[in-house]
Amino acid sequence: MKQILIIALKEVQDGMRNRWVVLITLAMAAFALILALLGSLPTGMTKISPLAVTVVSLASLSVFFIPLIALLLTYDSIVGEAERGTLILLLSYPVARWQVIAGKFCGALVLLSLAVLLGYGSAGIAIGLTAETAFSHQAWSSFTKLLLSSVLLGAVFLSLGFLISSSLRERGTAAAAAIGVWLCFVLLYDMGLLGLIASDAGKAIGTGQLIGILLASPTDSYRLLNLVGSSETAILSGMAGLSLEKQIPAIAPIAVMVAWVVLPLAGACAVFQRRQV
Amino acid sequence: MTDAACIFVKRAVKSYGDICALQGIDLQIAPGECVALIGHNGAGKTTLIKLILGLARPTSGTIDVMGRSPGTAGFDTLRRDIGFLPEHAVFQGSLTGRETLTFYARLKNATTQNLDQLFQQVDLMEAAGRKVSTYSKGMRQRLGLAQALIGNPRILMLDEPTTGLDPDSRARVYAIIEEKKADGVAVLLSSHALTELEARADRVAILHRGRLRACASIPELRKSAGLVPELHVRAGKEQMSALARHFAQRFERGSFVNGTAVLTLPTQDKLIMLKEVLNLGIAIDDISLTEPNLEQIFAAYTDRTQVQ
Repeated sequence: MKQILIIALKEVQDGMRNRWVVLITLAMAAFALILALLGSLPTGMTKISPLAVTVVSLASLSVFFIPLIALLLTYDSIVGEAERGTLILLLSYPVARWQVIAGKFCGALVLLSLAVLLGYGSAGIAIGLTAETAFSHQAWSSFTKLLLSSVLLGAVFLSLGFLISSSLRERGTAAAAAIGVWLCFVLLYDMGLLGLIASDAGKAIGTGQLIGILLASPTDSYRLLNLVGSSETAILSGMAGLSLEKQIPAIAPIAVMVAWVVLPLAGACAVFQRRQV
Repeated sequence: MTDAACIFVKRAVKSYGDICALQGIDLQIAPGECVALIGHNGAGKTTLIKLILGLARPTSGTIDVMGRSPGTAGFDTLRRDIGFLPEHAVFQGSLTGRETLTFYARLKNATTQNLDQLFQQVDLMEAAGRKVSTYSKGMRQRLGLAQALIGNPRILMLDEPTTGLDPDSRARVYAIIEEKKADGVAVLLSSHALTELEARADRVAILHRGRLRACASIPELRKSAGLVPELHVRAGKEQMSALARHFAQRFERGSFVNGTAVLTLPTQDKLIMLKEVLNLGIAIDDISLTEPNLEQIFAAYTDRTQVQ
């Protein structure tokens, strides 16, 4: 446990030192504020909390953004150290290989959480303070859920990044694989699903199966959690008609995402254990 | 296997697919002993070091380090007693030298109180607070050495510890090795700087194409390689012909050219021969006795395998 903590601390120290956290936090805050500004235009006179608008637009775009930065943060973590020659030194120390992965994962998770919580959080507070609706009447629960699920979504892709990084032998290949994984989960999966539904025209695939297929993907689970999760965001995102909240227990998307964190990470440990250094 | 601080390698074989990196290596290192591993690039030096560190498993054969087999469960904790300097010491540029050593000391569960002492030992005290990215190649190499010394290890594995170092720093590295040897540390070092090793290594292991050609002290290697010392005598023209006449039975005329006599002779005869030359009463300008150096020994051992 101590070894994991030592490695995690060094990752955090390094992330802080090379300004990674600062840059990503600023980018995320700017991102959230711009979306809030855009979102405040159409709501104008309605009684809907501007924060709820922000949650919907942020959730739709975080699905692209967060996986990308999470993969960028970790695709290099093992293969890069192996190429630079620092891995062989690290492994000559009294530390098990799974502890290296666990430590690096914890460190990366801290960095990503800081960026998400500080970036989105500060933007959220700014929106809450400037809105006409009273501060306490804002959609804070939806916003908190957005923050936490964004961290969880990030963790999923950190974990996938470690799997890529420990399986491949070259940095270039790992970078390509990271982009491939990103494309698959944020774009191709949904496009494929859309195509499937369109060609099937509701014959073979029922709502039940559709929900199942949607849930299987961590990014769609994230969407379901944030867009359908509460009635306010569901109306805004145009998903209210689906009344999905009655069919999916709230815990299901969370469980799916947790599984997407644990399984690739366990895979990364197993692959790394057999890796030749 | 009486002493726990030893390294035993027995018939170790390591192959990567079709490529056989090491073929039946036998090597033992006792506490307080310094063994130098020499060989061409790709001869298997780093592979052998990886096997001893437990970073790779031998395909066959046994390895025993401090009473345990590297790579098995429980060996992880023993790594505390091993100091390792990799071939290319690389550290995260964004951290300072002190932060780097602190990280490694923590991993070894060693105290971070005596880091100053380590910095002093490798002459990096002034640069300790600077970022590693500002270090020169030699400074990084010395930081790597300081890293290997953390926690007073009982085994030191140094993969080319003197590459990129100036003569002063090289001398310092060997002084540290001497000091550690006196403390009973087993030292295994690999190097291409053969001339440096002559007086410093207790034994030299010559690795060639994955095989251990020889492993013995330098005088022993010299003897078994069949290399003999040479007596060089410089003298004037007349004196030279006098010498040639005297040794006509034993040496060809070709040995006496250009005012220099080159007399190759069996090791046990060198003092007798020296006396004989001096007792001739011929005026000579200079006389010197050269022993075959490690480079010649190395060449002799590695050439012979090419013929085979």
